[in-house]
Amino acid sequence: MSGWEYAPALESAGAAGLAESYGIFVGGEFGGGGGGPLHPLNPATEAPLAEVATADRSDVDSAVAAARASLRSVWGALPGAERAKYLFRLSRLVQERARELAAVETLDGGKPVQDSSGVQVPAAAAHLFHHAGWADKLDHAGFGADPRPLGVVAVVLSADHPLRRLASVVAPALAAGNAVVLKPSATTPLAALVFADLCRQAGLPAGAVNVLPGTGEVGAQLVAHGGVDAVAFAGSTGTGREVQKAAAGKRLAMELDGTGAHVVYDDAPLDQAVDGVVAGFSGSGGENCSRVLVQEPIAAEFLAKLRDRVRALRVGDPMDKNTDVGPLCSAERLARARELADSAQQAGATRWDHPGELPERGFFAAPAVFPDAQQAMRLAREPIPGPLLPVLTFRTPEEAVAKANNTPYGHTAAVWADKGSRALWTARQLQAGVVQVNTTHRSDPTAPPEPRQQSGFGRIAGLEAYLDV
Amino acid sequence: MTSDRPASEQPETLGQPEKPGRPATPEQPATPGRLAVAKTCKLFLGGTFPRSESGRVLPVHNSGGAFLANVSQASRKDVRDAVSAARKAFPGWAGASAHNRGQVLFRVAEVLEGRREQFRAEVAAAEGVSAERAARLVDAAVDRVVWFAGWTDKLPVLTGGAHPVAGPYSAVSAPEPVGVVGVLAPQESSLLGLVSVLAPVLAAGGTCVLVASEQRPLPAVSLAEVLATSDVPAGAANVLTGRAGELAPVLAAHADVDALDPAGLEPDGLAEAAEAAAGTAKRVLAHREAPDWTAAPSPARLRALTTRKTTWHPTGT
Repeated sequence: MSGWEYAPALESAGAAGLAESYGIFVGGEFGGGGGGPLHPLNPATEAPLAEVATADRSDVDSAVAAARASLRSVWGALPGAERAKYLFRLSRLVQERARELAAVETLDGGKPVQDSSGVQVPAAAAHLFHHAGWADKLDHAGFGADPRPLGVVAVVLSADHPLRRLASVVAPALAAGNAVVLKPSATTPLAALVFADLCRQAGLPAGAVNVLPGTGEVGAQLVAHGGVDAVAFAGSTGTGREVQKAAAGKRLAMELDGTGAHVVYDDAPLDQAVDGVVAGFSGSGGENCSRVLVQEPIAAEFLAKLRDRVRALRVGDPMDKNTDVGPLCSAERLARARELADSAQQAGATRWDHPGELPERGFFAAPAVFPDAQQAMRLAREPIPGPLLPVLTFRTPEEAVAKANNTPYGHTAAVWADKGSRALWTARQLQAGVVQVNTTHRSDPTAPPEPRQQSGFGRIAGLEAYLDV
Repeated sequence: MTSDRPASEQPETLGQPEKPGRPATPEQPATPGRLAVAKTCKLFLGGTFPRSESGRVLPVHNSGGAFLANVSQASRKDVRDAVSAARKAFPGWAGASAHNRGQVLFRVAEVLEGRREQFRAEVAAAEGVSAERAARLVDAAVDRVVWFAGWTDKLPVLTGGAHPVAGPYSAVSAPEPVGVVGVLAPQESSLLGLVSVLAPVLAAGGTCVLVASEQRPLPAVSLAEVLATSDVPAGAANVLTGRAGELAPVLAAHADVDALDPAGLEPDGLAEAAEAAAGTAKRVLAHREAPDWTAAPSPARLRALTTRKTTWHPTGT
């Protein structure tokens, strides 16, 4: 270990103000659902957090009908300037209840609270604030005069970034004048339910936003529903394929898996590159960085720095403000991460594990680096559900690009290099919707990402996906 | 008329230009003592004109039911070969400057313009419209190509640009072509509809495998000859004739096809293609019932056939 000891700096679980039970949110009111209840776990302790009612088929019908009714009456009749003010209200409410929301995100999804409070919640507020300003300016959004909303938008979200994702999708959908029926992840449903309460506090017209917790079955019913006009989905590529089949004929935008490659050239600012790579792979979700390609002359130096930096990560209770790496959000993801790591070892890969001890309970995976990974290993080709990092080498820029693009995904990538022309050439060649040059983890409401290939299509966080254009 | 064209493509010199369609067929000598040379209608694949590897042909009739020609009936294997050709051509065409792509597309319009008489006859025969209407449709098709030619270097202004992000970073988005596009050309509008779905693919920088109208393929067969003589790189546009219902699922399911424009599919085929496309999570363009191809064009297809890349870089000293 580093020799540095930190006193625990725990956020209080009470800050989340969790209720014992939550209902479904349809037509502006919370109520019991027809499905069997969920008991989402705290992934850091495996203790149940609350009981969450789920929707059945008739609840899906009711929610879609409530959304349609709001479009025919209040919400659909509002001028853009009024819709804008509701979105500004929601944004302010997110800011006002930021501490609570951050605690909910961390308890429910295991995201370190420094990330929840420092990144996720402010980003959620920023998405709502940015799109609020679009609601009365759609004529000037570049789609011609008077672009029309699509109608009822079904939003189905995965367990990653529950609140930020929700805000980034719901904000443009509402700004465009649609009504939303939202199905949050069964693993992390709580942020959506607190958001439903925000909608109530904001006085949002009934039915403009409906929240239906449930398993994938509810999501499948929702996207296939005849009363739904458009679908936005965030989740795995496997589920995305099913969603696309079920939603055939509807407008669809999807953000799916990624295998983000970081290309590190021999002239890269090495300390920054190491920091960026570590921040990328150790954070939740592997889409930002799940492979490093390092140029041969600096590989040894890079790996030494990387190993030191990974050692210094603090893994543990995500409610501790000093924690860098919390648990994965579910036992299922942990099992997949372990399986993928084992497969690399069986294929002959060296493995460096983070030396710290993991908590006894909780879905924790030690950050691990695979310094001599090979292209043929599954770890180097598949989306990675946990903090695992395969490191490969290359000699020429062409080889780096060929290796980086050797997956069917195209979510995010990064280039670390000092020479501008080479960095920009590489950025242009990489198959990814977002390319970060000498930086990582960049996102902003004004720059909605557009994943490509089997990482999805359309911008689920942009206006275009929710307008009939 | 220009003289560098094969005689078989100058039906107006053969004597009976009034009759719609290809005025001379093997059964009908055009001029006593002069047997017309009929064109064998082949596929356009990788810049060459092969027959279908299957050896199959489909008879094509005019709107009155009279035989016009046999066209090659493309097979699944032809589709796969065409996708390979389109993939091979993609880096070159996508990497060409927007200015250059605009020049090439404008050249397509120029060559099309020079063959208006031929296309008028073919459109009239295929669609059963009057000579005046056919003339207007051909003129509109030429103008449509010109319209898309002008978009190549303007699309980034429409869909890209700098983002005002909250931080010391430059973030700039620019559209890039999605890749290889499978196109089911409209069934009714044999030329105007055809160029309205083909030109946006090329303008956006993509390459394509296009399946022509099943009943009205002859204008597409001739358009392939226009493309072949217009500096469009070999393989950038591949034109297949045959049964849309047979070929669409192959295109939709092909892992090396990045997007599908189902413009010419019937509702049954649409559902099947959408399901096949989901297997590789490929984008399927919006399908509109009976669009009016004579209406003012829109950049909607250009948006749908490009995907934006956002490049971030820190700013600072």
